[in-house]
Amino acid sequence: MLRKLFKFHGGVKPQTNKERSTTAPIAPVPLPDKLVIPLHQSVGGPPRPLVQRGDQVFKGQRIGAADGNLSSAVHASTSGIVRDVLPAVMPHTSGLTTLSVVIEPDGEDRWGELDRINVRAATPDELRDYLRDAGVVGLGGAVFPSHLKLKPGKEGSLDTLVINGAECEPFITCDDMLMRERATDMLKGISAMRHMLQARDVLIGIEDNKPEALAAVQAAITASGEKGIEAIAIPTRYPAGGAKQLIRVLTGIEVPHGRRSTDFGVQCFNVGTAYSIHEALEHGRPLVSRLVTVAGNVNAPRNYEVLIGTPMDHVVRLAGARPDTDRYIMGGPMMGVRMPAFDVPVVKATNCILVGSPALFPPPPPEMPCIRCGECAKACPADLAPFEMYWFSRARNFGKTQEYHLFDCIECGCCSFVCPSHIPLVDYFRFSKSEIWAREREKEAADTARERFEFKNLRQEREKQEKAEKLAAKAAATREKVAGETATPAAATAAKPSGDDAKRALIEAAMEKARQQKAQAAPKNVDVTSPDVQAEMAAIDARRRAAEHPTEAPPPPPAGQA
Amino acid sequence: MINSPYIRKPASVQSVMLQVLLALVPGIAAYVWFFGAGILVQLAIASAAALAGEAAMLAIRGKPKALFLTDLSAIVTAWLIALTFPPIVPWWLTVTGTLLAVVIVKQLYGGLGQNPFNPAMAAFCLMIVAYPALMSQWPAAGQLDFKTQLDLIFGGARQVDAITGATPLDALRTALRSAASADSELHGLRASQLMDGPAFGALGGKGGEWVALAYLLGGLWLIQRRIITWHIPAAFCGALFLTAGLLWSVRPDSFASPLFHLASGGAMLGAFFILTDPVSGATTARGKLLFAAGAAVLTYVIRAFGAYPDGIAFATLLMNILVPIIDMKTQAPVFGHKKD
Repeated sequence: MLRKLFKFHGGVKPQTNKERSTTAPIAPVPLPDKLVIPLHQSVGGPPRPLVQRGDQVFKGQRIGAADGNLSSAVHASTSGIVRDVLPAVMPHTSGLTTLSVVIEPDGEDRWGELDRINVRAATPDELRDYLRDAGVVGLGGAVFPSHLKLKPGKEGSLDTLVINGAECEPFITCDDMLMRERATDMLKGISAMRHMLQARDVLIGIEDNKPEALAAVQAAITASGEKGIEAIAIPTRYPAGGAKQLIRVLTGIEVPHGRRSTDFGVQCFNVGTAYSIHEALEHGRPLVSRLVTVAGNVNAPRNYEVLIGTPMDHVVRLAGARPDTDRYIMGGPMMGVRMPAFDVPVVKATNCILVGSPALFPPPPPEMPCIRCGECAKACPADLAPFEMYWFSRARNFGKTQEYHLFDCIECGCCSFVCPSHIPLVDYFRFSKSEIWAREREKEAADTARERFEFKNLRQEREKQEKAEKLAAKAAATREKVAGETATPAAATAAKPSGDDAKRALIEAAMEKARQQKAQAAPKNVDVTSPDVQAEMAAIDARRRAAEHPTEAPPPPPAGQA
Repeated sequence: MINSPYIRKPASVQSVMLQVLLALVPGIAAYVWFFGAGILVQLAIASAAALAGEAAMLAIRGKPKALFLTDLSAIVTAWLIALTFPPIVPWWLTVTGTLLAVVIVKQLYGGLGQNPFNPAMAAFCLMIVAYPALMSQWPAAGQLDFKTQLDLIFGGARQVDAITGATPLDALRTALRSAASADSELHGLRASQLMDGPAFGALGGKGGEWVALAYLLGGLWLIQRRIITWHIPAAFCGALFLTAGLLWSVRPDSFASPLFHLASGGAMLGAFFILTDPVSGATTARGKLLFAAGAAVLTYVIRAFGAYPDGIAFATLLMNILVPIIDMKTQAPVFGHKKD
């Protein structure tokens, strides 16, 4: 059956360099002297260590517990003794350390008692928790905890489950070899995911430079007899293996940045992840090893089944690194990251150890100014205008970079790859993104400080008001007393003052008091004066009152005159 | 520290510029064939002046000389200047124009990639304003031998009017204006009759139309090589054809045919080599269409109603001014944000 495929914009066609590492089957790796297993290997919270120095561990024993739901467990990759739990250099360009468990293998590689689950009887939630505790994460390189992605969207079902066997990065062939050698088990994992997601169709996308893998998967599908699963050859064009690009090619759907693909009825998993899910659900084996391609500056590029935590140089030695090797790159030549040392451990994200040399990956020619030729925009699979974002990144005009959709950039490297001026465009975009994140963090900190300040002000204001209310209540009580004495009807209105009422009551009480004082004082003063003086005083009084209250009617004459 | 990607396509500014130069070669060959080898002398003068000006400015600005002198961008500017100026202008005029382009319009704005205006066209405009007579003397095809051309380029005194005439575009416009006035001997003649003179060929100017065809071939090769896209040439030619066709269909006696406009002057050079300069031109697909169509309409207006022999240079500069806003307003929707 011929399926209509869609195109994504841009993309590039670098030399694939995949032939040499696919000539030999997947090979095992002898146990190294020690394994360094970082606890934090997935997106999400770092797992809590469950072991300490001196503990005896079995293969598959949980050594790090998932920290909340957005996290994934970590396991001992072999049996042995925990030598230490300490921060160790992680496989990241930064050279930073992360809490790791150092295991000295006992050589027996013995599984402990495995925590099994009955797939048919378990509820979807139980299955998801099980996969979280089995440490299953996306093996395409993003290491996002898989259990979180195994939830259908709001409708409770999914149109299409996309399985990513595209493997578009040059040199990397671990997915290719997995599909060639383990298609049947991978397919069982896919069936389990399909069941959990209630997916109608399953589309397995494989770049057409892997005919053997495609044939193996198609044969496995036929043998399984399952309907609605299809393995599809897609044109070889980097980055066809980007989840969004693959979804676009197979279904025509474009999932925008920041949206969940399940909202569009699609979910995407890597073929390696499908295999790990099968291993966990069928055999109860947590994720303790993965397939790793060793390629580049080595004599015999090959794929290995590597225990998580194995030092990279231990694996590379098997393939025979050449003497001019100057670096290891984790991942492919387009998106891979340079390792800070040769002995950093293989982790769940390690799909490839690309051995580099100055001859194989020479430094780029000198950077020239941008001539706005637009090659980068032609190559961008996210339809961005990289040369515009570059301009604004250089000018540190980060607001503008965001207007030009900086955060839609998937850092695939196509723009840097084609740039005739040899500008490291992706580096500029990484820089801009990290600057924006840093500023947002600063802004958040400032916001927190401001909120704290405003709350303090509010509290002081409230205390002031409470004080005023207390005073008002007191004043009202006084006035009630006064009103009771003079028996005026006004007293009845101010029963329980609060807020504005309290203030008004306070003012009224004060005015009342003044009036009474005045009323009492006026007759006293005139008692002892002559009529002349009295008349003069009355005139002065009248003038003063007129000046104070120009609109007020002339005051009543003093009591004595009446 | 070098980050990913670690591999790159073998592409460079130099190879882009080199391909542009190669694409100009058929046009230059046709030019030499019909108008004599004088143009080769002009190309050499302009190239030398451009490199000298660039080197001096790079030294003053403290930029790496070897890197920027070999990027060939100055040579492209120099060749465009030589090919748009009349082939018999004195050497100092070519040198002045080239230095203005490279030193002021390009380097003072920040060098490669930074100039808002097309350097060659800015030089053309400055020179035609400063030396209108010299910049309007075009020899007809086969009129001057190489020695005369050399004398004109390097010699002192010149009786230009006696030697040369205007471009076919200029000649036709003057003739059409004369034909419109009652006391002229040309009164009552139609455009097609006016174009019977020795300066005119089958479509445009005699000889010039073949040069234009050669530019067209070079330009198509650039599109095939993916150095330029089809947008600017197609929009320019399309809009020029439509604008000229509209007036021509209303009053064929008073206006030249659209094909004459396409085959004359710098239309082909402009469409494929000048407006397509990525630095000073629009960059988005829709922006390129707008930019080129605007340039075509302006070119036509200047040709038909203005005082200058050709309108490409002024039209280019005017549209260069609009490029930032055109680019800003024509950004294509990004992945996932398209309206289907």
